[in-house]
Amino acid sequence: MTPSYSGFLGRLDWDALPITGLIQNPNANEIVANAAAAIVLVGVVVVVSLLSWFRLWTPLWRDWLTSVDHKKIGIMYVVFAIVMLARGVLEGVVMRAQQAAGPGDGFLEAEHFAELFSTHGTIMIFFVAVPFVFGIANFVVPLMIGARDVAFPRLNQISLGLTVSSGMMLMVSLVVGRFSTGGWTAYPPYTGAAFNPGVGPDYWIWAIVVSGVGTTLTGINFAVTIYKMRAPGMTFMRLPMYCWTIICSSILIVFAMPPLGVAALLLAADRYLDFHFFTNDLGGNMMNYANLFWLFGHPEVYLLVLPAYGIYSEVFATFSAKRLYGYNSLVIATMSIAVLSFTVWLHHFFTMGQSALINAVFGIATMLIAIPTGVKVYDWMATLWRGRIRFSVPMLYGLAFLMLFVIGGLSGVILANPTVDYQVHNTLFLVAHFHNVLLPGVLFGLLAAYNYWFPKAFGFRLNEVWGRVSVALWTIGFLLTFMPLYFVGLMGMPRRSFSYDDPSFHPFMMVAIVGALVITCALFSVLIQLWVSIRDREKTRVPVGDPWDGRTLEWSIPSPPPPYNFAIIPTVTDRDDFAAAKDKGAAYPTPDAYEDIELPRNTGIGFVLCVLSGIWMFALVWWIWWLAALMTVLMILAVIVWTFDDSTELTIPAEEVRKDHEAWLARVHGEKAVDRDFETSPENRGLARPDLEAVT
Amino acid sequence: MAQVNMPNPIPLLMVAVILLVSMSQMVAASDSFMDPQGPIAAIQKTHLLRATAVIMVAVIPVLILVPLIAFRYRRRRNSYAVYRPDWDFSAKLEFLMWGVPVVIVALLSFYLWKATHRLDPYASTFGEDPALRVQVVGLDWKWLFIYPDLGIASVGEFGIPTKRQVAVTLTTDTVMQSFMIPALAGQIYAMPGMTTQLHLVADAPEVMQGENTQYNGRGFTKQKFRTVAMHNDEFEAWAQKVRDNGIQLNPATYQTLAMRTDRDEVQAALGTDKMPKDALYFTMEQDLFQTILHRYHKGKALPVDQQPGTASFGQEGQQ
Repeated sequence: MTPSYSGFLGRLDWDALPITGLIQNPNANEIVANAAAAIVLVGVVVVVSLLSWFRLWTPLWRDWLTSVDHKKIGIMYVVFAIVMLARGVLEGVVMRAQQAAGPGDGFLEAEHFAELFSTHGTIMIFFVAVPFVFGIANFVVPLMIGARDVAFPRLNQISLGLTVSSGMMLMVSLVVGRFSTGGWTAYPPYTGAAFNPGVGPDYWIWAIVVSGVGTTLTGINFAVTIYKMRAPGMTFMRLPMYCWTIICSSILIVFAMPPLGVAALLLAADRYLDFHFFTNDLGGNMMNYANLFWLFGHPEVYLLVLPAYGIYSEVFATFSAKRLYGYNSLVIATMSIAVLSFTVWLHHFFTMGQSALINAVFGIATMLIAIPTGVKVYDWMATLWRGRIRFSVPMLYGLAFLMLFVIGGLSGVILANPTVDYQVHNTLFLVAHFHNVLLPGVLFGLLAAYNYWFPKAFGFRLNEVWGRVSVALWTIGFLLTFMPLYFVGLMGMPRRSFSYDDPSFHPFMMVAIVGALVITCALFSVLIQLWVSIRDREKTRVPVGDPWDGRTLEWSIPSPPPPYNFAIIPTVTDRDDFAAAKDKGAAYPTPDAYEDIELPRNTGIGFVLCVLSGIWMFALVWWIWWLAALMTVLMILAVIVWTFDDSTELTIPAEEVRKDHEAWLARVHGEKAVDRDFETSPENRGLARPDLEAVT
Repeated sequence: MAQVNMPNPIPLLMVAVILLVSMSQMVAASDSFMDPQGPIAAIQKTHLLRATAVIMVAVIPVLILVPLIAFRYRRRRNSYAVYRPDWDFSAKLEFLMWGVPVVIVALLSFYLWKATHRLDPYASTFGEDPALRVQVVGLDWKWLFIYPDLGIASVGEFGIPTKRQVAVTLTTDTVMQSFMIPALAGQIYAMPGMTTQLHLVADAPEVMQGENTQYNGRGFTKQKFRTVAMHNDEFEAWAQKVRDNGIQLNPATYQTLAMRTDRDEVQAALGTDKMPKDALYFTMEQDLFQTILHRYHKGKALPVDQQPGTASFGQEGQQ
């Protein structure tokens, strides 16, 4: 069966559209596929209409798409991540519904179910977790270290562009052609040309390669930013914990992403150029793929969870009104995890046939990671101990995380034992384990960060009630969805099964679908919270900038921060520098003199590369060679032309900085400082009263 | 609105936990290593329970202390609880925090090392008798069991003697798959052109389910088979039955077997009245396993239409 091929449109034809399938064979499966495609198209139409109706195209281009401000790039990353999260969650619900339909074939076809678990995994890891983590980091890190931007602001914009264009490929695959059925790991030879001649694996390959380039550049950018851009006095041992985790994550990215890109490109060489790296014949060997993939894949989960650890460290300290307990231990534990994460990749294939000695060594290496992780959990508990704990939304996420995460840790240590792994690997036990780590670990952390830093980004607080509703829904939804999977996993139900015939699995699947629906409500509650908060924003404004009695530098500036962040770069003298300044009554100093500030000027290069790389990927997927060649040339030209642009900086005159800063200082001195009892009331305008002893 | 009063999620969590614990009562069911039918699965179950118990030493304090600390040190007026905003280090506590996990992991490592070597699928031996050799070939979407010493083969039904080791050697003639009979032993991957091994021992006559756990396309969930453990004499009778009722496994029948077909489709193509409804019996002479294994080592590219598991190799009716 050779795909139809014409020179001009490659292998693109009418059969690529899902509507063709619906016309030929109308059934539930095709209806689900077409509904998904329709959602994408309707979404595009709605966004385009709204932007046109409110005449937002010009501001969108001027203030956002061409911006190199790390704060705006961070916000765009998070918006992108939340859009993709919505798709990922809905796919998860459809999969749970398919299995809840009971023993038998359900309503989806096997191949459609396979596309769902492949896109779900790919989206959640590469287009939700990574952009969300680095969206938050983009916004927060320069503010925390007292910098005016990241080290390479334009590179930052390009990273965003490449991530978004790859994510769009997954959206396009819903409408044109079909995505891979090979899972998010895309193991060959199943994804090779012989067994999967269609476009699916090619969509996966190019989305991974291009977003991987974007992520690698981000890693370089943030490592350099934290090394080189810290404010005077901010030594490494005064670095906020969150920045420590980001620098470790960035280094993990720099080392871990290239193996993934290489693995995907070698697979592309097999598929496009008839190479034999991973084929069955001519010396091809999929073990090489498994090695390369997990050489990336294992550090990957730590590069996601470490920043969440950092977020929790900030949240626990702030809302316990205490210094972080065991800073040195936490730093050592973070670095140990970062190093150890590169020594354990083999536990992903204990059962591929290597010797007992190798399995035992890698099993023990894996369990070693539990030591620094356990230390962290106990350090956080000591941070809470003898504090004054406020149950605000980020804190509630943190408490739920502590209790749920240890269960994920427990199942992780169990999986590290090859003896047991032989039984539960590739079953739903494994699925339950990594969701247990990724939801309470990474997602709760990111949502805590979203609630915590939102007032800094937009100048008003998020709605507290809806925030608490979301915490409860996410927690209950998580428990109901994933705890049953541990049990069916122990009972031997393989992952990625579109159907089953053992009726004893069914009650567990019914609980899981209820949980999935609760998670859907949780997702909606986050959106409702955002809408309600925007509606009520006049009551929750915090222009002074310190609504939570924060401890680190980002809280010492206005909310939202001016484009240059700091009117005067601060000199750091303490680990919790802003808390110490408030303690000494030295917060909000009046500067002696102001200077001109140079900021990077807006540029369209990131957007241009986003569009060109998107078309380039599409052309490669569909074998439209002339278009791929054209896009290659245009991308190279765009970069060359851009290097000739030498007016890259914009100067903000000292006088303007002085005017804005003094207006804000006047506001600080005119505002009434509020006690923590009124933290969630309209009285809280962002000036915290450092009166921690008042309640004792 | 001074303070927003909402129920905190912890009591709700407890309800969920109770629900889950009651579900765990159901896990003991059938085809699982939680109800082991042989010594290997039994050791795996024991190891799971022991490891869980040891890890609980670190987990339980968190589950108990987090709610307690959160409650005791919550912010309120006239709190009697101590408040130490600047306390951030205690050498004793650090010693405990690092020490306890180190001890737990050391203990677990000891068990891990022992159990991993004991159950090494390349070395493990249970009992004195020489093992029964079985060669397993993964196809789309069925497992072919070859008994090289008995001259027979089967699909869909895997007969084994009780109280005797079965030494399984695996490969596939298509994409990677993973072979598992949960009640007897955990999974092992099988890959084309390569072999892996697994040992199985069944304690008593029993019918157990076996499966593939690595997704490999449309028929993945149908790639299950019956494992029938029988006393030695019954096993010999079974082998004789297969020999008497089986059809010849030759290049032509293998071609049909290796097509992209699930169990039902291949049953329709090759099954006879003398075979069970969901199993195929074969007799054979040539060393098919070596032929399959060496297909990929000839130094020449294998044309797609000669690669089992591809669409161009052939497939029975579509779904």
